Amino acid sequence: MTRTAIIAAAVLTIAAGPAAAQDKTVKIGFVSTFSGPTAAIGNDMRNSFELGLDHLGRKLGGLPVEVIYEDDQVKPEVGVQKTQKLIESDHVDFVAGYIWSNVMLASLKPLVDSKTMTVVTNAGASQLAGELCSPYVFSTSWNNDETPEQLGNYMNQKGIKSVFMMGPNYTAGRDMLAGLKYTYKGQILGEEMTRWPDQLDFSAELSKARAANPDALFAFYPGGPGVQFITQYAQSGLKGQIPLYTVFTIDELSLPRLKDLAVGVPSVQAWVNDLPNETNKKFVADYIAKYKIRPSFYGADTYDAPALIDSAVAAVKGDLSKKDDMRKEMEKANFKSVRGNFKYGNNHIPIQDFYLQDVEKNAEGDYVLHNVALIQKDVQDRFHGACPMK
Amino acid sequence: MLYFIEQCLNGVQLGLLLFLLAAGLTLVFGIMDLVNLAHGSLYMLGAYFAATFAVWTGSFVLAVILAVAGSLVVGMVLEVVAIRRLYDRSHLDHVLGTFGLLLFFNELVRLIWGPAGMTLALPTEMLTAVQVIPGVYYPIYRLVIILATLAIAGFLYVVVMRSRLGMLIRAGASNREMVGALGINIKLLYTLVFGLGAALAGFAGVMQAPILTVQIGMGENILILAFVVIIIGGVGSIRGALVASVLVGLIDTIGRAFVTDLLRRVLSTNAADTLGPALSSMSIYMVMAAVLVFRPEGLFPAASR
Repeated sequence: MTRTAIIAAAVLTIAAGPAAAQDKTVKIGFVSTFSGPTAAIGNDMRNSFELGLDHLGRKLGGLPVEVIYEDDQVKPEVGVQKTQKLIESDHVDFVAGYIWSNVMLASLKPLVDSKTMTVVTNAGASQLAGELCSPYVFSTSWNNDETPEQLGNYMNQKGIKSVFMMGPNYTAGRDMLAGLKYTYKGQILGEEMTRWPDQLDFSAELSKARAANPDALFAFYPGGPGVQFITQYAQSGLKGQIPLYTVFTIDELSLPRLKDLAVGVPSVQAWVNDLPNETNKKFVADYIAKYKIRPSFYGADTYDAPALIDSAVAAVKGDLSKKDDMRKEMEKANFKSVRGNFKYGNNHIPIQDFYLQDVEKNAEGDYVLHNVALIQKDVQDRFHGACPMK
Repeated sequence: MLYFIEQCLNGVQLGLLLFLLAAGLTLVFGIMDLVNLAHGSLYMLGAYFAATFAVWTGSFVLAVILAVAGSLVVGMVLEVVAIRRLYDRSHLDHVLGTFGLLLFFNELVRLIWGPAGMTLALPTEMLTAVQVIPGVYYPIYRLVIILATLAIAGFLYVVVMRSRLGMLIRAGASNREMVGALGINIKLLYTLVFGLGAALAGFAGVMQAPILTVQIGMGENILILAFVVIIIGGVGSIRGALVASVLVGLIDTIGRAFVTDLLRRVLSTNAADTLGPALSSMSIYMVMAAVLVFRPEGLFPAASR
């Protein structure tokens, strides 16, 4: 090989550099729980994320995709480490996921400091909707308080005079109780915050509820503890005496274990399995076909994330350095959501509809959640005023 | 007052459940001088066995019996295959070895039963509460736990203190070589003791399975409580384990039930709500610390050590 050829090759290599950068991949880091008893939630989110990518031909905005999944072990300190690893050593373009509000809040600082484009697909800490909102952080889920607020409205309609509230003592638990208190007009006879995530026996608290003798019991227990809570509620004999109202406690992951125990327990959700829009029908049908189980709300909100990222990458024609242009496109929420279409508020939290749901046994003998009624259209969280973004 | 009685029952029930776990742990620790972190795995296996057998046989009682038998067998096999090799080593090696087993069992359960966990459903007639004394309602199943555990405690007392096997076990705890020299098969004896511990752990897992769920790693948090119990009760002492576990159960439950409300009388509601749960979850560890300071041997030190 002549010297000229070597130089020519070098020139070509250098020239090819920017071109290679052009057809690079979209690197996405995904943080969720993949070990321990709540791994079922993380798996549901991963399944839905993968299905979302499948439906987009495994390309986002025309670029191939690489996803790195990281396990937070339900621990804030682990979540923030994994987030830093994704940002600093994997140099991801997007970070998505997060189940737990406390894990998400812990991970928020490195995300915001590094201006990493972030799509939170479940956790909804009220601070994120308010003072901690960030131009580069979007939610495809909700603000925690909204769901219990809507449940509170429903309980007012039903004329429930008094309630006893229970939830785990961490960010989301406090948000949920605050949300119910915000709208519920009846008397609050007691509120119990239990140790999270390791307290699984609720006998002392259920005895308290029995002694308080309220018209209704309100509970928020996501994941495995939800199964334990509802089982113990049934065993305590309270089921016939004090009706239970829940948020984020009964879902498609817990139903196969709860079965009859979940029947007759109303709850509120922004997404229900049988919402009649086309995107949702395709999501639910294909999910069941691919994974042989039903998707939960954790998965449904996560399924929206690839479509949102797709819209952003397409808008900048694959130039992932144009973060502000991507942000402006994402603010339009220009994609088809499983909840029908929604708008973004100034704080990047969806403005969306909320539904009353309950559990029924379908023709195949499976227990499924189904949509009973629309409770409220176009709900916006009550913290958006505290968000400095306008 | 009636409410207080109900909360005490809750505490006793939690304590007795802890006793089942702590009794096996303290037997193995006290007699074989083995620190067994995999004890919680046997508890988990008991629960998984029960959930599986309940589906196969359709009978709750049969599932309980089969699950305890299964835990016994697993425990004895485990002793022969792995644990036996640890006796001559240091406590650090026990911890490392049995921690490895704990990871192994978690992964094994994930491979066999999947990550989602299972449920052991109670017969419907147990899904209710009965009036224990006028005005105090208590879930039937929790009463069953209290009675069954008391029966087991009595049985253990008879076996360890009144039977020939128990005499050999106690002799082996004092002087292993001497018992061997007298012609007793000490290896077999240890296998039996370990199996008994495993069966107790399995039984604890089975009994709590309908209340809590059956899931991977379920034994780890409760194992910490069981260690607290044997530290308070005195290592190797069954009687100490019984007293300490009821004490721990009562302190934990009474703390959860009353501390926040009491604090609300002296502090602002907000401060009480933050401080209460923190204090009540610390309370048993404070008791443990006090015991370690004032009676490092535990409340009922085993006579042999």
